[in-house]
Order: sequence, then structure tokens, then C-alpha cells
Amino acid sequence: MDVTLVVFWILAGWAILSALLTVTRVNPVASVMWLVSTMFALAALFVLLDAQFLAAIQVIVYAGAVMVLFLFAVMLLNLEGTPRNWKRWPLWLLAAGVSGVLGAQLLVMGGYDRQRLADEFSTMPSPDPNLVFPDGRMMVDAMQSDGVVGAVARPLFEAYLIPFEITSVLLLVAVIGAVVLAKKRI
Amino acid sequence: MASWAWLTIALPLLGGLINGGLALTRSTNKRLVSLVGPGVMIAAFAVAVGAFLDLHATGQPTRILLWSWMPVSENLNIEMALLIDQLSVVMLLVVTGVGSLIHLFSVGYMHADPGYARYFSYLNFFVAGMLILVLGSSLPVTFIGWEAVGLCSYLLIGFWFEVNANSSAGFKAFLMNRIGDFGVMIAMLLIWWSFGTLEYTGIAANAARTLPYGSGTALLITLLLFMGCTGKSAQIPLYTWLPDAMAGPTPVSALIHAATMVTAGIFVVVRTGVLFTLAPMAMEIVAVIGAVTAFFAATIALKQNDIKKVLAYSTVSQLGYMFLAVGSGAWTAGIFHLVTHAFFKALLFLGAGSVIHVMHDALHHAQRHDDAQDMRNMGGLRSKMPWTFALMGIATLAIAGIPPLAGFFSKDEILALAFVRGQGSQVYLFAWVLGVAAALLTAFYMARLMTLTFLGKFRGGEDVEQHLHEAPAVMTGPLTVLGGLTVAGGLINLPAFVGGHHWLDHWLEPVLAPMALLLNPLQPPHGSTEMALVAGAIAIATVGLAAGYLVTSRRETPTPATAPAEAGFGKLLANKYYVDEIYQKVFVNPTVWFSRTVLWRGLDAGLIDRFAVGGSARLAKGLGWIGSQLQNGQVAFYVTIFTIGVVLVLRAVMTGGLP
Amino acid sequence: MLLGPSLTVSAILFAIGAAGVLMRRNAIVVFMCVELMLNAVNLSFVALAQVHGVAGQLMVFFVMTVAAAEAAVGLAIILAIFRHTQSVDLNSINLLKG
Repeated sequence: MDVTLVVFWILAGWAILSALLTVTRVNPVASVMWLVSTMFALAALFVLLDAQFLAAIQVIVYAGAVMVLFLFAVMLLNLEGTPRNWKRWPLWLLAAGVSGVLGAQLLVMGGYDRQRLADEFSTMPSPDPNLVFPDGRMMVDAMQSDGVVGAVARPLFEAYLIPFEITSVLLLVAVIGAVVLAKKRI
Repeated sequence: MASWAWLTIALPLLGGLINGGLALTRSTNKRLVSLVGPGVMIAAFAVAVGAFLDLHATGQPTRILLWSWMPVSENLNIEMALLIDQLSVVMLLVVTGVGSLIHLFSVGYMHADPGYARYFSYLNFFVAGMLILVLGSSLPVTFIGWEAVGLCSYLLIGFWFEVNANSSAGFKAFLMNRIGDFGVMIAMLLIWWSFGTLEYTGIAANAARTLPYGSGTALLITLLLFMGCTGKSAQIPLYTWLPDAMAGPTPVSALIHAATMVTAGIFVVVRTGVLFTLAPMAMEIVAVIGAVTAFFAATIALKQNDIKKVLAYSTVSQLGYMFLAVGSGAWTAGIFHLVTHAFFKALLFLGAGSVIHVMHDALHHAQRHDDAQDMRNMGGLRSKMPWTFALMGIATLAIAGIPPLAGFFSKDEILALAFVRGQGSQVYLFAWVLGVAAALLTAFYMARLMTLTFLGKFRGGEDVEQHLHEAPAVMTGPLTVLGGLTVAGGLINLPAFVGGHHWLDHWLEPVLAPMALLLNPLQPPHGSTEMALVAGAIAIATVGLAAGYLVTSRRETPTPATAPAEAGFGKLLANKYYVDEIYQKVFVNPTVWFSRTVLWRGLDAGLIDRFAVGGSARLAKGLGWIGSQLQNGQVAFYVTIFTIGVVLVLRAVMTGGLP
Repeated sequence: MLLGPSLTVSAILFAIGAAGVLMRRNAIVVFMCVELMLNAVNLSFVALAQVHGVAGQLMVFFVMTVAAAEAAVGLAIILAIFRHTQSVDLNSINLLKG
């Protein structure tokens, strides 16, 4: 039994449990808190998956800023959480069914590993994953040479510069839009 | 020249359009109408004469192809074509000739009528339709003309439509014609089914090969065609429209219901005569119905008081003679009588028209409201209208069958040939007897008509009498021409015993040849039989005329106001055997009840409206309701549906296509 | 080695988030479930970055940015609706009905 795997599943279980609780709480504040918990779990998983920079960003930006914004909104609206209306059970049944089917379809992905992906991507009989996917190796090398942050930053500012700039424009627009929408008088 | 014969149709058509335009624009230009109306007719007659001379010279019939009408397949190719052959040329001359005279008469008769232009428009269209009927080279083309004349007849009978009874009469005529038309249409279908062609030449050429002698199909076809003829030519059982059609202007009665339209039935029988020769039973039926009608109508005419009604029943009776002729196989005799009848019947009607016109004027001046057409109001008109009296007298002698007038030769030929046929068959003998009896009655009622109208003393009152005068020249002119034709008309088919050589017989031979193959042409009797028949005919005519004159002049004729009610057999005749009433009870009322109750209330309102119309509305509403449930405004619902779509798309992407 | 299990977890989280979006009445909670779905996808991207290179992690970067912008604008909208109708119950916001 691999320690990594055990840790992974413990963290995964935490994430899934938190997610379930997010979705099912009546009180919206409780929902927010459980979502924060989910995000922490995911951040830990990111670390496990060799994305340390992203783990930090997840905690700082997502859990720390976005969820706080949600909390502010909940508190501003002074919501209490209306009790469940059990008469809606047909819709719940349908929703559960649909989501279940969706989940089942996506669970197929769980059967993949690097060797099988390599099989599917290459036309050769039994390829070497490292040869089929050189990029993965390159990322590890980049992390060695530029550091964890640098491995993400260098492509960001070199190959993906334009999307980066567009994203900043997007943020500006979002800020203006949010301010205009939320103002009492324009 | 014969290839220009289509002009005879185009000219009246053009006239009808011009006059129709003048009528629609309510123009007051009566002079133009008077010029165009008769003018196109005279021009058409000139073309007709040219076509006749051309055919006489070459002896070759001409087929004029106007356009290809329904080229469906090699099996069904109906063309709009005209056939100028010996038979159609005879009809062409009669229609355009007599038609021109009647148009000229109408200028005087209808001059004061506000619908003057409309009248001539309808009349012109009628002639165009009649010529399409006569000149058509195939049954469909003839049928177009058949329907067209039916329509124009309706329009003209109901010309004074402000009076309800007139338009009802027109409607009755059209409806009864339609019943006959049904027969013609089914017959056309059967003919096409058997022969593959509807052209007269094609039918004649292939008849013996296609249908066996006495076959059921031939019988069916001919009986259905004859059904159409009983409608169009007013035979039993579809004759009741013709007396009612007297509601139209008198020149209309002369043209349509004496000379031309009603003769269409006989024309069609002769045209398709080959089929009739293949069905001997049908010919017997034709002859018997013709003879019975001739007799039946003559009895009714004995007791009619309206001058036009007498002539109407007389027409029905004379048409019966023509059918007796063609039913006996005497094709030429039938056409001969058709031509002579056109002359003297038109003369009689136009003469009656003159009388009515003058009576109407006189009554108007005297400010009386008596019926201008009732013979009991007339009498002694001989001194006031001598020329009209003379001409109508000639026509009376002709219709009774006094030689040497035209009617004698044609009627005599029919009865002689029927007698010949009767030698071998009880049926034809019976028909012949009826024909002879009808001849006696014809002479009687015509003499009665002349006596009541022209002889004796005027019964309408002195205030009316002083305003009576002779008809104007524009009306007596055509009468004179017709009088001449009545006298000379016999010349076209003089029998041998007076030194003639049956010119019409020989002229029509090419057309009648196919019939002669299957039915030997009847040999007219010779020698003593012939003389006996001729003498008998003359005797009957004379006796009938004398009896009619004596009986009528001896009896005291009451005016309509003081007339006692009819009684006994006279009442039956005066009420035309109550046939109209019987038809109303037996046919009309049940049909109306059925239509109203079963078809309208039951089917239409109950079933179709409720289920088909209402049902489709309810269905649409239901579907709409289902659709509207999908639009409930709930975001969660929308997203659920959306997610179902996502699931399906994902499945398609992952497995490479939905099953 | 962790690719398969990671994708499994991602699928489960995605399904849970979808169920929440379909079932909840409170608009803000629905929004949060959407964020949960985005997070699940992020996990997927990161897992596959080990196969396909750093592009995967960069995608996560952008997703997070866009999610933040979207959260801001979305909450502003919910606020505006709340000012109008005094409720964030999705059942009562059915002006699109018919």
C-alpha cells in the first residue's frame, strides 16, 4: 500500500464529504463554510499532484477571496435559509437521476492511467508514456530549473501572454460591471 | 374556307364580349348593340355558307385543330378541335341562319328593355356555345358547348330576374339539364374506357370492332347518353323545365327552346349513332320514349291557355317525333325534321312574340293589367295583324303536315319509316300508332291556337282593341324570311314520288355510313303503301285542323276572369297531369329533407364540425398546453433539461455517436 | 499514478455540484455549487498536467481568474434582484414563464 495513495484517498474523502455537506445544508452560511473546507482539501490534493503554486493560489484567491465575497453577499442579504420544501421531491428525483447518470459517465475516466492514455494517443503497439507525452517530463524539468513558481510563470508570460492580458481586461470589466450593478443609484 | 369555320364561334364570342362590356358599363349606346349583336351573327352565317360551299365542292370533311387541351398520355389525348363535316355543316347553317333572323327580330322586340345590351350579350354567347357543341370533333368539346348553352339558357330564361318565378324557372332548367349531364359524363367515361378515344371519327371507325353487337356496355353507354338527351331535349322524364322556360323573352324561346338548344339531343344521338346501332334495345327505348312524349305533350297542349305554353308543349311533342325517327334508324328523317321544325317553330314563336308585343302595348295604353299571353284575352287579331296571321297560318299548316309545306315532307318521312320498321316489330308499330295519334292532336291544338288568337271577335275589351296594330317591319321582316323557308324547306329532302331525289339523304351519307354497316338503311315504302301512308297523313292533318277550328269556334270562350274551373279529364290536362307536383313530392322534398337533416345537421354540424374541426382545435390546444408546461419559468427545471442534453452529448462524444 | 483516482474524484465532485445546482432554491447556494463544479474541473486539469505538461496548470490559473470575475458579477446581479423582489428564491423568479 503506497503511502501517497492512502494520503490521497484521505484527502479525497475529505473533499467529497465537504462537498456533500455544502450541497445539503439549509443555512447558507454553513454551505459557504463547507465549500471553503472543500477548497482546502483540493489545495492539499494539488500539492500531492505536484502543483504547489496552484495550491497556494487556490487557498489565497479562491478560498480566501472568492468565498469571502460569497460570505459578504450572504451576510449582506441577511439570509436565513428557508426550510426544505419536500413537495419538490419529483424534481429532486429527476435531478439526482440526471446527476447520477452524468457522474457515472464521467467515472469512466477513472480507469485511465498514463500507459493506457499513451496507448490511445499513439499508433504503436506498446508505447512508452514518456516518449508519447514528452511535455510531462518537460514540466518536471522546468520545475527543477526554474522553481515551482517559475515553471508556471515562464510559459504564462511567454507563450500565453495574450490570454493573460485578456484576462486582466476581463477582470477590469468585471469590476466595473459589479460596481455598476450593485450601486443603488448610477 | 372550311378551315375558317372557327370564325363562326369567334364572331359571336366577340359580340358577346362587346355587348357584355356595354352592359357592365351601363352604356346607353343601344345603336352599337343593335349593330354588333345581329352583325356578328350575319357575318357568322356568311362564313357558314362559305364552309358549306367548300365542303360541297370537295366532299372532304375538315378537322380544325385549335389547340391541344389535355395531352395526358398516348391513351388520353383530348384536343380542342372542330370537325366540319356534312352533318355539322347542316347544323351550322341552321344555327347561324335562324339565329341571325331571331337576332334581327330581337332588335325590335327588346328595344325598350333596359337590359338590352345584356340580352344580346347572352344571346351571342349562347350561339357561340351552340356552335362549339355542333362543330366539336369529340365528345368533350361538344360537352363544353352542351354546358355553355345550358348556362346561357339559364341566364336567358331568368332574364327578368326581378320576378322570382323567372329565376326559379331558369334554375329549374339548369338543374334538370344537370341531371342529364351526369349521364353524359358517365357515358363519356365508358366510351373512353372502351374505345380509348373520344373523337367521333375514332368511335365510328372502331365501333364494330370494339363492342359486340347487343353488348351490355353499348346499351349502358347509349342509355346514359340518352339520359342527357332527355334533359337537354325535354323528353320524358326530364321535360318539365321547357314549359316553365317560357318565362324568358319570346325570341329566346324561339331560338333556344325551339330551333337550337333543344335539338342538341338529337344531334348527339346522330353523331354517336354507331353506338346506338350496337344496342338495338336502346334504339327501341329511344323511339318509344320519343313517341310517348310526342303524344303525351300533345294532349297537354290541348288545354293550355297561354299561347307560349301551347307552343312549348308543341316543341316537346315535335322533339319526340325527332327521337322517334332516330330511334327507328331514320337518321336523315330526324335531321330533316330538326331543320324544318327550326323554321316553322321559330316562325310560330316569333309570330307569337309579335302578338304578345302588340297585346302588351295595347294593354299598356289602355292601362289594363290583363295577361298579354293568355289566348282567352285575344281573338279577331286577323284584321289587325294580317301579315302575322298569314305567316303563322303557313307555319300552322306546316306543323300539321299539309303539303307542299316543309313540315309535311319531314313528318311524313318519319311516320313512313317508323311504319316500315313497325312491320317487323311490335314495339315500333306501337310507336308509329302513337306518332299518328300525336299528329292528329298536333293539328287540332294548332288550329285551336289560331282560332282563339286570330279568328272570331276580340275578347279583351274595346279599350284595348283600338290600340292594336300590326307589328313593326323589323319584326315582320324575319317572320317573312322564315315563312319563305317554311314553304321551301321541304326541297332539301324531297321524296321520289314528287320527283325529288332525297338530297339531304345523299348529303349525309358519308356521316351515316358507319351506322349503315350495322343497320341497313331503311327503305322508304313504295307504290301503294306509300300512297296510302301519304293520303292518310294528309287526311289526318286536314281532319285535325278542321276539328280544331270547328270545336273552338263553336264553343263560347270565356275570359280568364269569368272562366269556370276545369273539371274531370280537362282538369288533368290543364294541370299537365300534375307531373311537376309529383316530382316535387317524390324527388325534391325528400332530397331537401335528406340534405337538411342528415347531411347538414347530422354529418356536417354533428360529426365534422364537432370532431374534425373542433377536434383539431382541441388537439392543438392540448399540444400547446403540454408545450406551455415546459416554459414554467423555473430556472432549475431549465437547467435540468439542459443537463440531460449534456449527458447525451457526452455520450455521443465518448462512444462516437448516439445509437 | 494518481491520474486515475484524481479523475474519479473530479467526476464525483462534478456530479455532486451538478446535483446541487439542480436541486437548491437559494440562488447563492446554487452559485456556490457552480463554483464546486469549477473546482472539480480544476482538479482534472491539474491531474492531467502531469501527462500533458504545464498547460494544464495554466488552464487552472485562467479558470480561477475567470471564476473570480464571474462570482463578482453574479453576486452583483443577485444583489440587484434581491433589491427588486426581496427574495433570492429561484422559484419565485419566474418572469420567463410562458
